[in-house]
Amino acid sequence: MTTLADGFPAAIAELSRRHRLRLSEMLPWIIAVACFFVFPEYLALGTQILISTLFALSLDLILGYGGVVTLGQAAFFGVGAYTAGILAVYGWTEPLSGLVAAGAVAGALGVVTGLILLRTEGLTLLMLTLVVAAMIGEAANKAGEWTGGADGLQGMTIAPILGLFRFDLYGRTSYLYALVVLFLAWLLVRAIVHSPFGRSLTGIRECVARMHAIGSPVLRRLVTAYAIAGALSGIAGALLAQTEQFVSLEVLSFARSGAVVIMLILGGAGRLYGAFVGVPLYMLAQDQLAEQFPIYWSTGIGLLLIAVALGARGGVLDLWDALLSRVRGHRRQ
Amino acid sequence: MDAALDSAVSIAFHGLAFAMVLYLVSVGLSITMGLMGFVNLAHGAFAAAGGYIAITLMNQADMPFPLALLIAALAGGLLGMVLERTLYSRLYGSTELNQVLFTIGLIFIATAAARWIWGPLSQPLHPPSYLQGEFDLGFRRFPAYRSFLIMAGAALVTLLWLGLERTRFGAQVRAAVDNRRMAQSVGINTSRLFTLTFALGSALAALGGAVGADILALDPDYALEHLVYFLIVVAVGGLGSIKGPFIAALALGTADIGFKYLLPQFGAFFIYAMTLAVLLWRPHGLFGRAR
Repeated sequence: MTTLADGFPAAIAELSRRHRLRLSEMLPWIIAVACFFVFPEYLALGTQILISTLFALSLDLILGYGGVVTLGQAAFFGVGAYTAGILAVYGWTEPLSGLVAAGAVAGALGVVTGLILLRTEGLTLLMLTLVVAAMIGEAANKAGEWTGGADGLQGMTIAPILGLFRFDLYGRTSYLYALVVLFLAWLLVRAIVHSPFGRSLTGIRECVARMHAIGSPVLRRLVTAYAIAGALSGIAGALLAQTEQFVSLEVLSFARSGAVVIMLILGGAGRLYGAFVGVPLYMLAQDQLAEQFPIYWSTGIGLLLIAVALGARGGVLDLWDALLSRVRGHRRQ
Repeated sequence: MDAALDSAVSIAFHGLAFAMVLYLVSVGLSITMGLMGFVNLAHGAFAAAGGYIAITLMNQADMPFPLALLIAALAGGLLGMVLERTLYSRLYGSTELNQVLFTIGLIFIATAAARWIWGPLSQPLHPPSYLQGEFDLGFRRFPAYRSFLIMAGAALVTLLWLGLERTRFGAQVRAAVDNRRMAQSVGINTSRLFTLTFALGSALAALGGAVGADILALDPDYALEHLVYFLIVVAVGGLGSIKGPFIAALALGTADIGFKYLLPQFGAFFIYAMTLAVLLWRPHGLFGRAR
């Protein structure tokens, strides 16, 4: 019996293998756990990196896979942070349900705004995402009674996780909490991008006309992805609120929306691991440069971004691929 | 009744002045985005550069105001031309994401440079004595500098419009915005056209940054802080047009001043809501065409 696969055994095998877990995919997690033991004095920065990685990972789903260029992802991050924060201030101190609530609210926002915004494309879409985030930021600024306005939201108490792990002064609990949530989110995003749904997202990114032509419900797919990405961003924001026990308006700022896009592209968008490379690279560089050169540290970051934009068109991971294939090519010869 | 009329005139007046500054800075962005499809988020950095140069020339070198403005505009144009030739042009065919990455990198460098040279505080603009104070029109007194902004802005808009409608260069720009391939086919050197329009847009932004330092405070974060407003003007007005951003700047400028004056408890909320409404109603802006 002949099947289609007979003609292209290598290609089919490659396709059927692509979702399998490779050993190298464990690398980020090994490093993250090792950092916990090796750099106990940097756990606060580490927690920030983990949270931003989750934020960038959620963005990858909609920007890297869905191809939606958004400059307003902080809307979801901020709404999640304020949801968790306000719950905690008003006596709902249990952290895990706070995360779930934040994800639900941010996801609902994703459905509502997605249904409106995702009918547009290009610059219009980019502007609409930006404007929606700016509106929510301005609303949070003016609703000081609930959000604390420009002074920030203070006075939360967060109960121990599962009633067992108290948030300690050294940030150990925070770090591990963020790490576990990030790991679960990664499993989810990984499953999504390898699913038929995820493949159809890639199809929409590559050629939306063909996806329409084969009858794929493009808007519904995009809204679903937008909502999932929004929910995960909201969870990232909630993690920040719970671990810092403070929320400022900065969580909704354009600067945060821009920074997460930059970090993701820096690592490589649409690669699942771009967030894991770009975020630590950016945040460690920023931390070190700001310490050494408090006035002109951002020059270094700027040069890094320009170099990557001009030199490695698919981010740092792209450079790595190019290097790897060159080394392999040499070996074959 | 008199008080209501008074505040209406005042809002219109300040709104107009703000609109002129917004327009001067944004029109170049609209043309370059329409021509090259380049998402230039760093456009505000050229405005900031112009502002810093003009203010330094005036405050340190005692240069007269008009000469300082001229030099600032020329410097902005030159800076734009050099950057376009060396860096921007390499990314014309690249993805939006790379353009975003590149231009935000430029903003970071510009911000650091401004903070390094001029410090973190905002730089004050001291208009020359003949533009200070108020002048009397008989029935009302108007602040002199804002009046100058409005008149200078109106003159520039007219010049730009004539330049784009009546000159050979303008015709080439319009042709390239409409259909770049066809423009190339009929022998228009689009690469040179891009450089020239980019330089012109940067020069106008530099001029806008300089004359508008009174309204849009000139501090190191200028490019990022005001970016949202510049983008709103461009997106609402429609890409590649010079009429669209003018109308959009007028609407945004007067609405912004008006809402902040009448309903300060809502801040900029209505501006964003209006932008959202316009873009949902006309996704390509008021005067943009679907492409």
